[in-house]
Amino acid sequence: MTKHFSLSDTPFDTASERAKLLDDRVGGFASFEGWVRDHNDGRPVHGLRYEAYAALAEAEGERVLTEALSKFDILDARCVHRVGDLAIGELAVWVGVSAAHRDAAFAACRFVIDEVKSRVPIWKHERYADGDAGWLHPHQT
Amino acid sequence: MMALATVLYFASLRDAAGVASEPVDADGDLSGLYELLRTRHGFALPRERLRVAVDGEFARWDQPVRAGSEIAFIPPVSGG
Repeated sequence: MTKHFSLSDTPFDTASERAKLLDDRVGGFASFEGWVRDHNDGRPVHGLRYEAYAALAEAEGERVLTEALSKFDILDARCVHRVGDLAIGELAVWVGVSAAHRDAAFAACRFVIDEVKSRVPIWKHERYADGDAGWLHPHQT
Repeated sequence: MMALATVLYFASLRDAAGVASEPVDADGDLSGLYELLRTRHGFALPRERLRVAVDGEFARWDQPVRAGSEIAFIPPVSGG
């Protein structure tokens, strides 16, 4: 079975991920990239760490991608999420979706990143410029 | 009946517990187990904000603690 979701403990190459989704049927490709920014909630951030419950994160991530493939008229979809220590400016998460038409590609890409953010057991630990640090456990919105 | 299980901690729960996992000898259901461990370790998060998983799959809080199982309390996630 093809794996659609994976965790990566090292930087990964988006061009090769994207190439896996393209073939002659594809008329539209949409992607989303999440990057480590230098601030959160008005506080300067120096770096962060992602921790996952790997077994469950991979299973739940795969379910999100399977749902996207059944819910939208798309050809293929993949998502890679980093774990471990990341510096400012590093790629944290990548979603790619291929489809015959753009509407389904955009909608499925949005669905995947939203569901991954709300469901997959990955946690962000931020280190702030003032020396403080902490885990983010956001309230559901 | 007491059941010996393993509990996994992640993120702020691991920081509060001071360990990534520990054996627990418990009876009753998973919600009772969380309340017991919350008192023991001083977890800030109420159970209502967590999910629970058993042996790598999400589970229900009213499920009994089974001997030999691996239980994980899942704090609100923040990937992406």
